[in-house]
Amino acid sequence: MSDLSNKTFKGFRRDNNRVGVRNHVLMLPLDDISNAACEAVANNIKGTLAIPHAYGRLQFGEDLDLHFRTIIGTGANPNVAAVVVIGIEPGWTKRVVDGIALTGKPVQGFSIEQNGDLKTIMDASRAAKDMMHYASELQREECSISELWVSTKCGESDTTTGLGSCPTVGNMYDKLLPVGIYGCFGETSEITGAEHICQKRAINNEVGERWYEMWKAYQDDVIFAHQTDDLSDSQPTKGNIEGGLTTIEEKALGNLEKIGRTSKYIDILEPAEEPKSGKGLYFMDSSSAAAECVTLMAAGGYVVHTFPTGQGNVVGNPIVPVIKITANPRTLRTMSEHVDVDVSGILRRDMTIDEAGDSLIDMIRRTANGRHTAAEALGHREFSMTKLYRSA
Amino acid sequence: MTEIPHLLVHEHQDSVGVVVIEGLEAGTDMMVCVTHDEPEETAKGNSVFRLTAGMSAPIGHKIALKDLKKGDTVFKYGEDIGIITADVKKGDHVHTHNCKTKRW
Repeated sequence: MSDLSNKTFKGFRRDNNRVGVRNHVLMLPLDDISNAACEAVANNIKGTLAIPHAYGRLQFGEDLDLHFRTIIGTGANPNVAAVVVIGIEPGWTKRVVDGIALTGKPVQGFSIEQNGDLKTIMDASRAAKDMMHYASELQREECSISELWVSTKCGESDTTTGLGSCPTVGNMYDKLLPVGIYGCFGETSEITGAEHICQKRAINNEVGERWYEMWKAYQDDVIFAHQTDDLSDSQPTKGNIEGGLTTIEEKALGNLEKIGRTSKYIDILEPAEEPKSGKGLYFMDSSSAAAECVTLMAAGGYVVHTFPTGQGNVVGNPIVPVIKITANPRTLRTMSEHVDVDVSGILRRDMTIDEAGDSLIDMIRRTANGRHTAAEALGHREFSMTKLYRSA
Repeated sequence: MTEIPHLLVHEHQDSVGVVVIEGLEAGTDMMVCVTHDEPEETAKGNSVFRLTAGMSAPIGHKIALKDLKKGDTVFKYGEDIGIITADVKKGDHVHTHNCKTKRW
């Protein structure tokens, strides 16, 4: 591919100088019991988007911090033009509004207590209508490809992901990270079996050691604390085993192909944390469950997600386009409507990894320019909060 | 290249390869490619060898490249991916019935 640093796409430049590839007006519930009001507002004001979820009450400590980080990060994401926040009470609602307002985008909060759903819906609908007028007049402008934040996570993996779709993502990172993009991979539990290799892919020993401590903490605090026998029913999953993956080591080695040959991660992120160490590749401590992981990375500020799959995961996200890549010819035959980039030529040996990486970069640009992904066209808007422990 | 490979192997030292076609039947004279090497090498006939499939196997499943004994380490990506739990003949299917992680 010709010099990538000259490549551009048309995106939405926000007040904080981040660039979005979508222009959503979001109806964001603080908590589960505000979902109905958010959905009613989204029904009133056409083109706005409600993202209902399951949590937000009686959480505390680290789990509550993660809840706020996820909600605020989602509203702050550059793919979002403006936000209406609705919560049951004004205190926590304001905390979310204030967090999102730091980006400079329009955001307004409404609380239901002492108003009821109907008055809240009417007031919020008027605000949402104004925001829709505002957002619909924003124009895309020419931006350097280096301004993209691209995350990755694979799902319904099989042996073809390690041969084809994951190395395709890795090749993309090896080419685009040097140009200056932000990258992100994660799936803490799924690195198990290749942790010795992942630790060595840190930029230096200090980062590698911090990575190992984070990985080990999950093993000790979660797996060994809660396991009944082993992880055999979840890692690998039934789908993985159907696809030919036998052990967690085999799955992990395929997974790590997503960071390519030369890329090194420069820092480690908490779940849903925004990177603060400059351009480069980050590891986010995250679940390996598809919707949870993409939700966390979107809340961290990533605007495009690349998703290699083998057996055919169908996940999407409400605010971030999720690009599906597969090399598996059976998946292409049986569920092609879910696939954006076909790299099955790698298995036939008539397509190189280098060519596959170029075709993914091309699809990232087209997606950033506005092309709807398969998941967007099919209405996949999975917004799944990660919960660390039981609520009070 | 006119012939499409039946089995792909990541690294030269691996003990298993991956079935990359649908409907592989027992007795098939398989074309096997090592993907560590560039496709141009494959086109030239390098890093390619033949192996007879001992049994049918679904796409994505693994085939042993040599006889493997109970207790042997299985290598894929040039790395240890687990241990053989029942003897396997060259060309036979390797999966959860005869291979497991050493971790648990």
